[in-house]
Amino acid sequence: MADLENTTDDSIIVCDDVHKWFDDFHVLKGITTAFKKGEKAVICGPSGSGKSTFIRTINRLEIHQRGRIIVDGIELSDDLRNIDRIRQEVGMVFQQFNLFPHLTVLQNVTLSPIWVKKLAKGEAESEALALLERVGIEEHAHKFPAQISGGQQQRVAIARALAMQPKIMLFDEPTSALDPEMINEVLDVMRELAASGMTMLVVTHEMGFAREVADRIIFMDEGAIVEEAAPDIFFDNPQNERTRLFISQTLQH
Amino acid sequence: MENNSPNSVSEKIPFWRDVRVLRVLFQVIFLIGILLLAGILYMNMLRGLRGLGLTLNLDFLNDEAGFGIAEGIAYEPSDTYLRAFWVGVVNTIRVSIIGIACATILGLVVGIARLSSNWLVRNIAAIYVECFRNIPLLLQILFWYTAVILQLPSVRQSFTFFGGVFINQRGVYLPEPQPTSDMNIWLGYLAGGFILGLILYLVRLRKLRQLEQPGFPAKWALPAFLLVAFVGWFLTPGKPFTWELPALRGFNFAGGIYLSPEFSALLVGLVMYTGAFIAEVVRSGIQSVAKGQREAAKAIGLNEFQTLRLIVLPQALRVIAPPLTSQYLNLTKNSSLAVAIGFPDLFNVGNTMMNQTGQSIPIFGMIMMSYLIISLTTSAYMNWYNRRINRIGR
Amino acid sequence: MEERAPNPVIKPPTESKGILRWLKENLFNTWYNALFTLLAIVFLYVAFKGILTWAFTEANWGVIPANLQIFLVGAYPREEIWRVWIVIYTLGLLLGLSSGIWGGLALRLALVIGAVGGGVGIILAFFPTAFFNRFGLLGGVALLAVSLFLGRGRQRLRPWVLGGWLLSFPWTMIWLHGFAGLPTVLTSNWGGLLLTLILAAVGIVVSFPLGVLLALGRRSNLPAIKWVSTAYIETVRGVPLVTILFMAQIMVPIFLPDFRIDKILRAMLGITLFSAAYMAENVRGGLQAIPKGQHEAAHALGLNYPLTMLLIILPQALRSVIPAIVGQFISLFKDTSLVTVIGLLDLLGIAKTVIANPDWLGLQAEVYLFAAVIYFVFSYFMSYISQKIEDALGVG
Repeated sequence: MADLENTTDDSIIVCDDVHKWFDDFHVLKGITTAFKKGEKAVICGPSGSGKSTFIRTINRLEIHQRGRIIVDGIELSDDLRNIDRIRQEVGMVFQQFNLFPHLTVLQNVTLSPIWVKKLAKGEAESEALALLERVGIEEHAHKFPAQISGGQQQRVAIARALAMQPKIMLFDEPTSALDPEMINEVLDVMRELAASGMTMLVVTHEMGFAREVADRIIFMDEGAIVEEAAPDIFFDNPQNERTRLFISQTLQH
Repeated sequence: MENNSPNSVSEKIPFWRDVRVLRVLFQVIFLIGILLLAGILYMNMLRGLRGLGLTLNLDFLNDEAGFGIAEGIAYEPSDTYLRAFWVGVVNTIRVSIIGIACATILGLVVGIARLSSNWLVRNIAAIYVECFRNIPLLLQILFWYTAVILQLPSVRQSFTFFGGVFINQRGVYLPEPQPTSDMNIWLGYLAGGFILGLILYLVRLRKLRQLEQPGFPAKWALPAFLLVAFVGWFLTPGKPFTWELPALRGFNFAGGIYLSPEFSALLVGLVMYTGAFIAEVVRSGIQSVAKGQREAAKAIGLNEFQTLRLIVLPQALRVIAPPLTSQYLNLTKNSSLAVAIGFPDLFNVGNTMMNQTGQSIPIFGMIMMSYLIISLTTSAYMNWYNRRINRIGR
Repeated sequence: MEERAPNPVIKPPTESKGILRWLKENLFNTWYNALFTLLAIVFLYVAFKGILTWAFTEANWGVIPANLQIFLVGAYPREEIWRVWIVIYTLGLLLGLSSGIWGGLALRLALVIGAVGGGVGIILAFFPTAFFNRFGLLGGVALLAVSLFLGRGRQRLRPWVLGGWLLSFPWTMIWLHGFAGLPTVLTSNWGGLLLTLILAAVGIVVSFPLGVLLALGRRSNLPAIKWVSTAYIETVRGVPLVTILFMAQIMVPIFLPDFRIDKILRAMLGITLFSAAYMAENVRGGLQAIPKGQHEAAHALGLNYPLTMLLIILPQALRSVIPAIVGQFISLFKDTSLVTVIGLLDLLGIAKTVIANPDWLGLQAEVYLFAAVIYFVFSYFMSYISQKIEDALGVG
């Protein structure tokens, strides 16, 4: 078992024996790991392995029932203040984008800076426009989500998450709902973000992206971490039988 | 929560930030608020009742009612209040069931007519629906009662149909079947036919199961039953029943089935109004059946009626059932408008009881419980029915 | 690649649209349709002959113009009717400005209202009554037209007009009831169509926030709140409006003996409590249609429950249930006629009193038909609007 006192020094996320059940179904069976500041971790595994549930526990969209999660020195618990603080420090990007369809692109991005961080509208908008420029869709700022493509929507979703100036970004299968020709525009934005030093946890099936960007790859199956390693070791010399099977199946496609 | 890490202790969360504590606290405050409100109202009520010299109990239900009820099951003014209320309940159920049956038939016919390929039929149906849907039901009931039924000719100048149906300002008189002594013989044939039908039904059901074929399990049973009933009718020595015709005696008709002007006006109003809504439910249900289904039916050579009966209606039924239920419940609740024309339904009788006893609170409780029981049993039945047709269809 | 000649444009064969052909296709295409057509013609002949003969020879329509004023405003004092006109003109001004600014649906609404108002106004102009009664409505239509042109292209008026709509409700109540030096017109004198419209408007406007709260309560994950909300909604929806109206009349004085609440207010209370349960179910339908991802995204951005509901969920949910709410308004408009049963003089109540007037005995059919036409025009018009809103939302 990891010694929490030692790992907290340079770790921004510490998970210790995290368990989660959906009714009787044991989804997470004791996840213990830690992520360093600036680390890019890719989490992969077959569907139903609990990988999405795991990263959703990190900003408490799912509530873990046993064990501890500490994000940037704040423990995730039933403490209302801690939950608020962590949600401001952790940005999240969803598979289905989840943009707010009744708000323009710009309003989507400025929403939480204005209402949660209490920024002035003008300030929030100029910051938002800068972010939209960074993800390359400043010219669509006044359109509604339904009027732009899926790839553009996902880039807006990234900008929206970045607007809170989070220390950590979670990506829950960000390219799975996209048409193939749009996947790269989103991955490019994520590469740029990775280069800027952001701490990133990415659940994805894009193995090319994983090999190129990740510092560490975590393979999950049946609610537990089966293997974690640097990409070259993970892909070229996997230790576990299940990992080997998964890699061979994934790379065939 | 069990803590697995030995060398760290979770910091204690102050209760005003603890989500679990807050959840409980919030609900407790909410419930206390509700109870407080109810308590204040209750104290006020007790004070008011004391001022009126009343006590809150149900003893009055066993007292003599002392008022007459114009129609319904057997009842005398010397009966108890409880009996009077029950007469009202039965009247509500009676007008609701007859109303639901008639409104369903009317709505089904008009709903199909709205989709007819005949321009004239289609538009007459549309005009009916738009007119009757957009005028308040109470106005319609008052119109039927005061402007139509009460303006009908007097008893001696009654409208007469088929020699046995009389309509005048005192109401509607219909012939009533009266069983004779030979009825039992015919009933014997009917019972035999029923048993035969049941056997044939089960046989065919088993055969369809074995062949794993779709089909109509009552295909043999129904004709067999009808045949036995028909043949039995002729084999019976006398006639099983005779029609008792209403006859003019003195200043009024006697005999037969009698519908009072109040009942008739309420029924016509409810049926015409609800029928318009049911027609819309039926129309949108039929339209929801994919066009491809109808085209496929045509392609295999079914004609318009066969397509409707075999393909469209069974599928539309699934869409129709839930909104149809709420129309049935609306009709039942709307029957309380009887109070405006003096038909003794449960609300009207309850209202009279309130005026006589002053016990408005328990009587309101009884009225509301009655409607809630009717509503809840109807929706429970319809939910069961919905589940059944959904299961068969998939 | 081989160069090909452009395809010649071939027009579809023109179908002969003769009247005989239309008859054959629409009325006599099969033997049973021919039969239906003949039956329908016989039915129409009998019905129309009877109705038209009655309407033009037997009916006494004089009862309508003689009582027009009480049909419209009940016992509202004659010398204070100008206050009703102020309210109508205020609404006309707001509608005109809105249709000028927003165009689209608002414009269509204004045009239909203007056309109907103008038509009725022209008819009224021929009646020999007071000057304002004759020409007031035409003046209102003129104001509508003028404000429509004033509003065109003035986008910066938007917040003012929206604010105006919000204030129009208290504004109406204050003018009708009286304030400052104006003589008070007791609500017991409000009547006729005016009362019908006010009851329906109060029912919808006040029940709206209540309904939203009940819907949120029923969707809450706190069991106590969920059960209480559900019990309220199901109980109210399970009993007829008449019982609730009677209960408001009889029980309010018992439960609140220290307050003097007049009859109309008690009716408004009953209608509002009734309407709130139905409103809650409409809103709940909208809430259920919002995907879970919207809640999650809002939480992930750090929005708390009230902010998530106010900024994200309710704006989307309410937008999608506008047609259902308009539908509820229509049935509420018709249902207000039930206040007749508790003795209020709304449009239907007035109709009953006119029938009971010894000067106009035996004119039930005429009076009820007139009231029916008014109800019909209003609720048909509202369902037309609801249809248009549905179309507009479906596209957008």
